[in-house]
Amino acid sequence: MSLYDGIFYAFAIITVVSAFIVVLSKNIIYSAVSLFITLFGVAGFFVLLHADFIAVTQIMIYIGGILVLLIFGVMLTTKITDVKLKTKNINALTSAIFVIGITAVLIFIMLTTNWKVAEVVKYDETIDKIGVLLLTDYLLPFEIASIILLIALIGAAMYARKSK
Amino acid sequence: MDNPLLYLSISVLFIPIISFLILIFFGKRLPRRGDWLATGLLFLNLIISIIILIGLTNSGVYSISFEWFNLGASPLFGELRFSAGFIVDELSAIMLVVVNIISSFVHLFSIKYMEGDKKYHRYFAFLGLFTFSMLGIVLTNNLLIMYVFWELVGVSSYLLIGFWYEKKAPYEAAKKAFIVNRVGDVGFFLGILIIFTTLHTFNFSEIFAGVEAGRLSGGLLTAAGVLLFCGAVGKSAQFPLHVWLPDAMEGPTPVSALIHAATMVAAGVYMVARKFVMFSPDALTVITYIGAITAFIAASIAITQNDIKKVLAYSTISQLGYMIMALGIGAYTYAMFHLVTHAFFKACLFLAAGSIIIGMHHKQDVGDMGGLRKKMPITYYTFLISTLSICGVPFTSGFLSKDSILSASLAFANINGGFHYIIPVVAFGVAALTAFYMFRLLIKTFYGEPRNKEAYDHCKESPFVMTAPLVGLAILSFFAFYTPNPFNAESGWLVKMLEAPEMILAGTSGAVYKILPKVEFLEAVHHAHYTAMFLSLLCAGIGILAAYLFYHWKKVNVKKLTETFNPIYKFSLNKWYFDELYDKTIISGTFLLTRVSNWFDKYIVDGLVNGSGSFTQFSSKVSGKFDNFFVDGLVNLTGGIVAFFGLIFRKIQTGRIQTYIAFLIFGILILFFIFRDML
Amino acid sequence: MEVGLNHFLIVSALLFGIGLFALVSRRNAILVLMGIELMLNAANINIIAFSRYGGLGVDGQVISIFVIILAVAEAAIALAIVLNIYNNFSTINIDEVRTLKE
Repeated sequence: MSLYDGIFYAFAIITVVSAFIVVLSKNIIYSAVSLFITLFGVAGFFVLLHADFIAVTQIMIYIGGILVLLIFGVMLTTKITDVKLKTKNINALTSAIFVIGITAVLIFIMLTTNWKVAEVVKYDETIDKIGVLLLTDYLLPFEIASIILLIALIGAAMYARKSK
Repeated sequence: MDNPLLYLSISVLFIPIISFLILIFFGKRLPRRGDWLATGLLFLNLIISIIILIGLTNSGVYSISFEWFNLGASPLFGELRFSAGFIVDELSAIMLVVVNIISSFVHLFSIKYMEGDKKYHRYFAFLGLFTFSMLGIVLTNNLLIMYVFWELVGVSSYLLIGFWYEKKAPYEAAKKAFIVNRVGDVGFFLGILIIFTTLHTFNFSEIFAGVEAGRLSGGLLTAAGVLLFCGAVGKSAQFPLHVWLPDAMEGPTPVSALIHAATMVAAGVYMVARKFVMFSPDALTVITYIGAITAFIAASIAITQNDIKKVLAYSTISQLGYMIMALGIGAYTYAMFHLVTHAFFKACLFLAAGSIIIGMHHKQDVGDMGGLRKKMPITYYTFLISTLSICGVPFTSGFLSKDSILSASLAFANINGGFHYIIPVVAFGVAALTAFYMFRLLIKTFYGEPRNKEAYDHCKESPFVMTAPLVGLAILSFFAFYTPNPFNAESGWLVKMLEAPEMILAGTSGAVYKILPKVEFLEAVHHAHYTAMFLSLLCAGIGILAAYLFYHWKKVNVKKLTETFNPIYKFSLNKWYFDELYDKTIISGTFLLTRVSNWFDKYIVDGLVNGSGSFTQFSSKVSGKFDNFFVDGLVNLTGGIVAFFGLIFRKIQTGRIQTYIAFLIFGILILFFIFRDML
Repeated sequence: MEVGLNHFLIVSALLFGIGLFALVSRRNAILVLMGIELMLNAANINIIAFSRYGGLGVDGQVISIFVIILAVAEAAIALAIVLNIYNNFSTINIDEVRTLKE
């Protein structure tokens, strides 16, 4: 087992366990903190997959943006000291059966499919390649994405406003 | 693109439309209702056009085309590309100056003439619109664009003739002018279509290249030429479509000077000159004879008319006939030369007539005038100079241009011989008639005793803004502006500038006459020049002398003469009964056709429609029954089944999204087990 | 066994399942959103793993950037909706928000 493998398993365990905590924790703040660890683990996977730029983006946007946003949502909608902070699961058993079923199916498909694995290409840096691609081949999606973000911004601001 | 001529010509074209837009929308609110603005802009335009004319001598012909729109490929014509563009060459530059000089002078004149009119600002707006469209015709290098401006000119002419539409006569005249013009324009349009279907282009130089390459030749080329000429017949009031121009005199007099004497009617001549090189010998024959017939008919009518503006109108038609005839015999240069000189002295005559009409408090009949020489000296002298010019008296511009045309016609007859001698005979005869009726008009208006004492007493000279354009135009009627030699225009700048292009079909002969190469033709003209000059002076002298004998010295009893030749007199006085003829044939024919189609519409078309209507009613009744019992039954059954299942399935709808997602996952799992073999 | 494509895929499948469980079973709307984020992350891992092992160059990474962008937009809008629900119903427990039934 090489160092790479060791790091991978470490990240895998961290990620999956913290993800379980996210879902199963009764306290929503715990969930949020665990989500932080999960997202960090995913960023680790990205590094292992030689996607350094995506890893950094993951940390900055998910952890710096989305997670903070979620915690803001928690604080705006529930009083911290309230009992309601602790939330319950519903239909936990049936849901668990369904979810385990679909996860099993997914893993089954992944393992039985004969994936075509090509020679691994190593990149020193991906940032310049991504930058070039974003402004050449993916220019239109890139611009549309910016418009979508603008619309989301305006829409969110309008929608979250207290109705009169 | 950096040629200054382009920017100058664009500004020349668009300044008048700016004047139009400002005046039509804001004219009412401007001080003095905006007349100063329109006049100022037109004088600015005049300056720019003179700059263009001068600049042209340095930079040479300038032409630019750009794609207007593209309809893509079509199976019949290939790619349908429509272009637009400018051409600034000698022809268009000189026309620019002529149009702008007359338009700006007319603007100035109108300030006083139209004073106090309710629609004062609108009048100036329309003048701007007209100038814009006329300049468009002059500047374009493209047949389609020319057609667009051609129609715009027609519209603005319509608006201006019918300017006093509260009265019956002007709007009738406007309608007539518009409809008669339309007849010619149909021909013009068909000509454009022939050219486009064969040559696939509207651009002049490409058309000429196509004709030169022989892609449009023979009978079709003649047809195209004659049809294009039809447009000129309408616009330039040639026989048989000349009837609208005399009626158009119902419009304000400055408008008559601008549109119906100097510029718009010259558009037809300009158009023929523009396409001069592509005409076939047969088409030119048609053009020549139409021009000659028109010149003669109009001159013969003009000698008996009593309305001052009508006389001038017929004289205009006659002079336009001269120009058309000159184009037909190949004297391109002289036709355009005559167009320029005629524009100035005819505009001057009309404006002088306007001045007289104002002085006489809107009396136009020469029977009411007489002796005005003392009351209106400036008007009299300018009128006299222009009259001398139109009669072809030496030292005037009219002498030079008319003499050139006459010698060309003589040269033409010498070359072709035979019955073609009728052309110079008609031309010289018309010259004599012109001198006669113009001096008749002059004597009746300005000499002798006043026939209407009351009007005479109230009459006084017009103010400066009206006399200034008169003087300006009269000065332009002197030879010195065109050539240093008062007896031969050949060495003048204008003739040199308007050098005729070589005909594409030069040297070929048609059914009755042959187009000579340019050099040979000019040689023949030169040869005929002195004979023609002598004859033309003789004709003018006879005409003037006759007029003095008849009307001034009263040596001949005019009344007796008219009674002796009563049928001829009546024939001329009633304008050869053209209006009556058209009324009896074309107009009543059209009415008959409308009655027949009305009957057809009422009984046959309506019958068919009503029949199909009642059939539809019947079948709808039948299908209504079917619908009620059979279709509705089926629909209700379907509804019942849906309602039954709805009762069962509504239990599933809990309203909780998560339940729905669970069902979704369940569905995916089921799908997986169904299709697992395909993995 | 050396770590390869399948390892990453299995981890991503597990994350997906966990996210789905949160989506289906949790009452709190914000936790549902967290579940969705987990699922998006799982998808991202898949995309990048395939782009690395499939020899597809960095195109997969560009796609995952768009996924992240959409996740951001989604989170913003969804939280706005949650706030709106809270304003209207005074709760964010989605099993109490059942107007879809009517």
